Amino acid sequence: MLPYVLLAPAVVMELLIHIIPMFVGIWMSFVRLTKFFLANWSEAPWAGLGNYRLAVDVNSSIGRGLLMSFGVTLAFSICALALSWGLGMAAAIALQQPFRGRGVVRTLFLVPYALPAYAGILTWNFMLQRDTGLVNHVLADNLHLITDRPFWLLGGNAFASIVTVAVWRLWPFAFLTIMAGLQSIPTELYEAASVDGANNWRQWRSITLPSLRPVNLVLVLVLFLWTFSDFNTPYVLFGTAQPPAGDLISFHIYNASFLTWNFGSGAAMSVLLLLFLLVVTAAYLLITNRRSRRA
Amino acid sequence: MRETTPFKAFRAVVIAVLGLFTLIPLYAMITAALKPLRDVQGNFTWWPSSLTTAPFVDMWSTVPLARYFANSVIVSVSATAASVALAILAAFAVSRFTFRGRSVFTTTVLSTQMFPGVLFLLPLFLIFTNINSATGIQLVGSRLGLIITYLTFTLPFSIWMLVGYFDSIPRELDEAAMVDGCTPLGALWRVVLPAARPGVIAVAIYSFMTAWGEVLFASVMTNDANRTLAVGLREYSTQTNVYWNQIMAASLVVSIPVVVGFLLAQKSFVAGVTAGAVK
Repeated sequence: MLPYVLLAPAVVMELLIHIIPMFVGIWMSFVRLTKFFLANWSEAPWAGLGNYRLAVDVNSSIGRGLLMSFGVTLAFSICALALSWGLGMAAAIALQQPFRGRGVVRTLFLVPYALPAYAGILTWNFMLQRDTGLVNHVLADNLHLITDRPFWLLGGNAFASIVTVAVWRLWPFAFLTIMAGLQSIPTELYEAASVDGANNWRQWRSITLPSLRPVNLVLVLVLFLWTFSDFNTPYVLFGTAQPPAGDLISFHIYNASFLTWNFGSGAAMSVLLLLFLLVVTAAYLLITNRRSRRA
Repeated sequence: MRETTPFKAFRAVVIAVLGLFTLIPLYAMITAALKPLRDVQGNFTWWPSSLTTAPFVDMWSTVPLARYFANSVIVSVSATAASVALAILAAFAVSRFTFRGRSVFTTTVLSTQMFPGVLFLLPLFLIFTNINSATGIQLVGSRLGLIITYLTFTLPFSIWMLVGYFDSIPRELDEAAMVDGCTPLGALWRVVLPAARPGVIAVAIYSFMTAWGEVLFASVMTNDANRTLAVGLREYSTQTNVYWNQIMAASLVVSIPVVVGFLLAQKSFVAGVTAGAVK
C-alpha cells in the first residue's frame, strides 16, 4: 500500500496537468472550438477531421503558414543542435586537462545557461536593434564591413539571429553534459594510446567519441526536442513582429490560437507537432539501438 | 591526451572565441544598465557617456517591478517546495519498493517531459477556465494556477534525478534504520534524505530556475495583479519609449539570484544530472 500512497500526490498532479490535458487536447482538435464555446465547451460542434484538413491544406493560408513554420523550425533545430553540440564538445575537450584558471572559465561558460531565458534573450534583442544595437555598431563602425545597417529582427536575417541567440543559451548545456561524460573515461585509455603513438586527434576519434556515445545519444535527442519546441526565444526576441524566417512552430501555434481564439485548429496543429516528435523520437531510438546492437 | 603545441593553440582559440561570445552580451547588459537614457537611444557606445545608477532606481517606478518580483518569488518558491516534496516521495517509492505499475509510472512520467509545452497550453487554459466557472476556484489569472503548472512541469525530471540518487545509497542503510525501529518514512527522513542532500539541492535549483524563467504559461495565465517577471519586463517598452537601460538593469537584478544559486550548486547539479544519465 505504502508505495501507492507515496506516489499519489505526484500521480494526481501529473494527471491534472499532463495526462488529462493531453486527451482534452486531442478531443479539442476534433471540435469547432471558437471563442463562443470556451466557457461551455460541451456544446462545441463536432468538426471531425476539419481542423486537420485546414492545418495541412497547403492551398489555404493557414496550411501554408504551418508548413512554412515547420520548415523554418526544422532548419533552426538542426542548425542550433549542430552548433550547440560542436561548441559544447570543443569547450569540454579544451577544458579536459587542468590548467590555471580552468574553474573560472568553466563558471563563465555556464552563465548564459543559468540566466533566466528572458533576461538573456532581451539582452540580445537590445544588441540586435538596427540603429542602436551593438552588432551593427561593430559591423559598421568598428570593423567597417558594411555601410547599410541591416535589420536583424525583421526579414531573412531573423533566422540567423534566432539561431545565434538559441545557441548562446543552449551550448553551455551541451558543454556541461559532455564534460560530465568525459569524467567517466578512464585516463589509462589515453595513456595506453599515447604509448602506442596515437596523436590527440586520433585519441579523440578512437577513445573520446566512442566512450561518449551513450551521453551523445541522449544529448542529441534532448537538444532536438528542446529546440524544435522552443517558444521562449522567438516570443521574447520578436514580440509581436513575428518575422516568417523566425516563426518557430510553438510560436506559430500560440499566435494562431490566441489571435483568432480558434482553439480547435490550434489543438490540431499541436497534435500534429506531437505526432511528428513521437515519430522522430521512435525512429531515432530504433536506429541507434539497432546500431549499438550490431556494434 | 598530451599537451602538445597544437592542443594548446586549440585550447586558446576555443577559450577566446567562446569567452567573447559569452562575455559580450553580459558586458552589453551590464554597461547598458549604467547608461543614461540618451545613450541607449542613440548609436551604441562601448562605454557610458556618464556612469549612472539611475536605471536601478527608476526601474521600480516605470513598471510595478516590485509587485512582479514578489509574484515571481511567491510562485517560484511555492512551486519549488511542492515539487521537491512530491518528487522525494515518488522517487523513494520507485527506488525502494517493487510494486505493480512501477515501470508504467516511470515511463509515462518521463515521456511527458519530452512533450512540447504548447501542447498543454490550450487544454490547460480550457480546463482552468471551466474549473473556475464550475467551482469558483480561480486558476487562470491567479498565482495558484501557475504554481500547480510549474510544479508539475518540473516533477518528471526531478523524480528521475532523485531516483538515481536514492539508488546510489545502499539499501542496507535504511534496512538497518528499520531494524532499529524506524518506519520506512522515518528511514527516508533520517537516512536517505541526509545522504541524498546534494541531489535534493540540485532538484530544488532546477525547479526554481524553471519556474523563475518560464514565459509561455506566464504570458497566458496571468493578469496585471499577478504578472511575473518573465512577462512584466516587456512593459518597459511603451509606444513612445523603450527604456533599454532600465530593462537591462531589471534583467540584471532578476538574474542574480538564479545565477548565483546555480553557480554555487554547480557541482551537485552536474552530479545529479549524471547520476541519472549513467544508469
